[in-house]
Amino acid sequence: MEDDNAEDMEVEILPSMWPEDIDAAGKKFNVEKPGVDQDLLEDFNFNEEPSIVDFKRLLELTNYSEKGSSQLSYLVKNWEWKQENAVRLLREELENLRKQQDKFELKKLEILEEHRFEDDNYGGDKRPVSILDEVYDIFQDVPKRRSDVIVQDERLEIDDECDTTTVKYWKQRALHLEKLLNVSVQREQILLEKLEESIENLEKQSSPVEELSQVLKRADNFLHFVLQNAPVVIGHQDKELRYRFIYNHFPSLREEDIIGKTDVEIFKGGGVKESQDFKREVLEKGLPGKREITFETELFGAKTFLIYVEPVFSKVGETIGVNYMGMEITDQVARREKMAKLREEIAVQKARETELNKTIHITEETMRAKQMLATMSHEIRSPLSGIISMAEILSTTKLDKDQKQLLSVMLSSGDLVLQLINDILDFSKVESGVMKLEATKFRPREVIKHVLQTAAASLKKMLILEGHVADDVPIEIIGDVLRIRQILTNLISNAVKFTHDGKIKINLNVIADPYPKAQITYEENELQSQETVVWIRCDVQDTGIGIPETALPSLFKKYMQAGADTARKYGGTGLGLAICKQLVELMGGRLTVSSKVNHGSTFTFILPHKVPQACDSSDETDDYKDKDDNGSMEEDDLKCGFFQFKTRTLGSLFSSNGSGPTHELTRSESDKIDRISVLENNNTNHMSVDQDRPFHDPCIQKNRPSNSNKLMKMDSGTTTSKSSARYKILLVEDTVVNVMVAKRMMRQLNQDMDVVNNGVEALRAVQRCDYSLILMDVCMPVMDGLQATRLIRSYEKNGNWDEARLAGVDIPDQISKEQPRKRIPIIAMTANAMSESADECFANGMDSFITKPVTLQKLKQCLEQYLPSYGAL
Amino acid sequence: MASVPQLQRQFIEYTTSLHNEGYLDDQFTQLQKLQDESNPDFVVEVVSLYFEDSEKLLNNLATALQQKSVDYKQVDSHVHQFKGSSSSIGAQRVASVCVHFRNFCEEKNLEGCLRCLQQVKQEYILVRNKLEALFRRMMQLEQQILQAGGSIPMME
Repeated sequence: MEDDNAEDMEVEILPSMWPEDIDAAGKKFNVEKPGVDQDLLEDFNFNEEPSIVDFKRLLELTNYSEKGSSQLSYLVKNWEWKQENAVRLLREELENLRKQQDKFELKKLEILEEHRFEDDNYGGDKRPVSILDEVYDIFQDVPKRRSDVIVQDERLEIDDECDTTTVKYWKQRALHLEKLLNVSVQREQILLEKLEESIENLEKQSSPVEELSQVLKRADNFLHFVLQNAPVVIGHQDKELRYRFIYNHFPSLREEDIIGKTDVEIFKGGGVKESQDFKREVLEKGLPGKREITFETELFGAKTFLIYVEPVFSKVGETIGVNYMGMEITDQVARREKMAKLREEIAVQKARETELNKTIHITEETMRAKQMLATMSHEIRSPLSGIISMAEILSTTKLDKDQKQLLSVMLSSGDLVLQLINDILDFSKVESGVMKLEATKFRPREVIKHVLQTAAASLKKMLILEGHVADDVPIEIIGDVLRIRQILTNLISNAVKFTHDGKIKINLNVIADPYPKAQITYEENELQSQETVVWIRCDVQDTGIGIPETALPSLFKKYMQAGADTARKYGGTGLGLAICKQLVELMGGRLTVSSKVNHGSTFTFILPHKVPQACDSSDETDDYKDKDDNGSMEEDDLKCGFFQFKTRTLGSLFSSNGSGPTHELTRSESDKIDRISVLENNNTNHMSVDQDRPFHDPCIQKNRPSNSNKLMKMDSGTTTSKSSARYKILLVEDTVVNVMVAKRMMRQLNQDMDVVNNGVEALRAVQRCDYSLILMDVCMPVMDGLQATRLIRSYEKNGNWDEARLAGVDIPDQISKEQPRKRIPIIAMTANAMSESADECFANGMDSFITKPVTLQKLKQCLEQYLPSYGAL
Repeated sequence: MASVPQLQRQFIEYTTSLHNEGYLDDQFTQLQKLQDESNPDFVVEVVSLYFEDSEKLLNNLATALQQKSVDYKQVDSHVHQFKGSSSSIGAQRVASVCVHFRNFCEEKNLEGCLRCLQQVKQEYILVRNKLEALFRRMMQLEQQILQAGGSIPMME
């Protein structure tokens, strides 16, 4: 019975020590009821070091913070309740005992009164009566026991009533009762003692702090158990963000290094300030928050923590600190960032892909457009040149005055269309970056003169064209003369177009470098190449209708004209100025305009030009003479800085074919006629193209002077020989089909042809035989047409094949004397007017080019132009 | 049996249809014009030469593009040649694919080159079939016309 009680006691007491309502209240500590599994915790050996606690602070916290105090009050309440229960039970027990005692007392008195006499006789005879010998305990299940006692008492009473007959019995009975009473009194005393003891014990042992700390320790143990391997830091910081508590499983600092210090005081490096600021923010706002902070400290390197900070409030509601929890998530962040990066890369790649697709699309489109343009220009150019050349031929036949006039109008219109097509082609060339600039020596005065001459030749109104070249402009400069001529021609024809009377003037001056910075680089170059750079300013001034100010900004835009009226009245593609501007800018210069309505406009462009070395000038001039038949010009002519051309009469333009409106033009025409006749006498094919070389310009060539050239030539052709003479013609072409077609066409034109398949073979053929004309494919295996032409030109000039041998061509030695040869006309055959630029052909010494596919018409034209007495009319 | 003018019209129509479909351009007409009594088979000769040449070039191209390191210069020169001969007989569609082909060569774009090779092959086979059909048809028509006592119409 005693053992049972003891066991009962333990089972009942222990649960009571843990707050029963702890789960129901939803507390954070979900701790298993100890007892059965109590040993579980004891098996673990906790390393309690990691947590460093400021106990004073903990007490303060439990006293002041709301959470702490509520937890405490739960514990205390429970404890009080338990104690109260115990006291109540004890009291009840005591009451019971007292009642029993009273009863016994009462009974004793009754019996004494009834059997007073017997008392004396049997007073000393006391026999023990069997009662339940019990040990009273404060925590006993009291009611059950009480009922036992009562039942026994009743049985005793019944016994009393049954055995009242004999005195002896009563004596015995009285003795027995007395004994019982004594025992009862004794027991009461024991009980009282025990009660006192118990009360004393209770007061002594179960102080709430002790029990609380026990509870807390248990919680602590559980926490340690859970947290022992977690990469978690838990801490509490006070209002000043000084650490009051920190739990860190991997401590690298000692207690005194942390407690009482702030983050900033402990750590140094990236992220520390941020975390401190974040904590402060939480402290100030009073709202918990989470944040990811990457630390970069000497202590533990680069690590990312997810930090949770919550404010701690006092009972009054003031924040008195923060709880803080950090979990290391460096790996996760790295992984996440990697994912994000991958995703980003994928997105970028996708974007790039679409971009590429777009670009491909655009490129294809551009390609198609370019191709279209090339095809178109080709398609238009060939029939047009057919029309023009036919008209030219027609003009050499017997015509009356009216017919001749009509024909010349037709020719000039044809030329205009050609010019427009060339414009469009040029423009697209510049735009697509195909346009290449050449650097050749040229004489600016001559260029001005020629341009003005040309313009004057086609003048249809009474205008004065003037050129002023300042004395300081060098005699020779280096630049792309074709393009400069093109710009000048364009500006002049524009000026002519919009000027109805008055003057058009070109002024040429040397100006200071407008970009002094660039000068430095030029000077550096100068040291190496010993060339100086001059900036030349060219004004094209007219007294025409002028340009309204509003139209100025769009003036240089393509397909733009000053106004719709203007376009209708004056025509044109609107490309001219845009091309000029592009060309000038391509050459590193600038094109500007100033204008006043009804007073005229001035277009000004400035360009940098290199000046050839002064010491070489005499040699250069000689070279120049070699190349240029006009080189015999007087020195005075070279330096002459003023030119003037006037329209003689309007009618004169239509009256004669060839005699120019000025005396100079007439002179040059007559020069040509002279030369042509000489050439014809020698039966050579050295033709006017040569003479035009330095200023060769496809556009200009199609213009009046060259026309008149042709006309002259036609004239002489018809007069000298109408028979179809046989010529030695060489075709250099590698494609068999082309060879066959070209050969067949030649036969149609009554000519025979030698055929070789590449440049090297062409060189050998030229060495063996004198040819009147070479048709040269540009793209060929072994040696291309450009190189072959260059080498042939070198041979013609030097009379030997040294340069060809240098280039690695095996050429048998020549017996003949080394002397300059006559120049063979070499006609390039290019597949595409765009890619194999005409400029490149000219630069390599070719005289002209025909675009593929070769047609009978083109071949015929070519023969007519380059075989002087070819009379296949 | 159709009448002579009808046959003559058919003859011309068939040639022009090839023009209209874009297989051939004026260059082919040029070739036809070059054919006369002294060269009765000129067109057929040139075109067969073209076929021969083209097949060789296409083979060369295919081999060149299969090399580990493609010699784009060589490919380009082949394509250039192909373009030249194609435009010489007026096979303009083949020639225009060659233009694209050369652009890819310039970029050294193998994929583009291979695609173009396929295209150029296709175009070539198309124009070859057309031309062969044309020659057959023409021969028939010529015979029919001659049988009917007419003369072969000249191309415009």
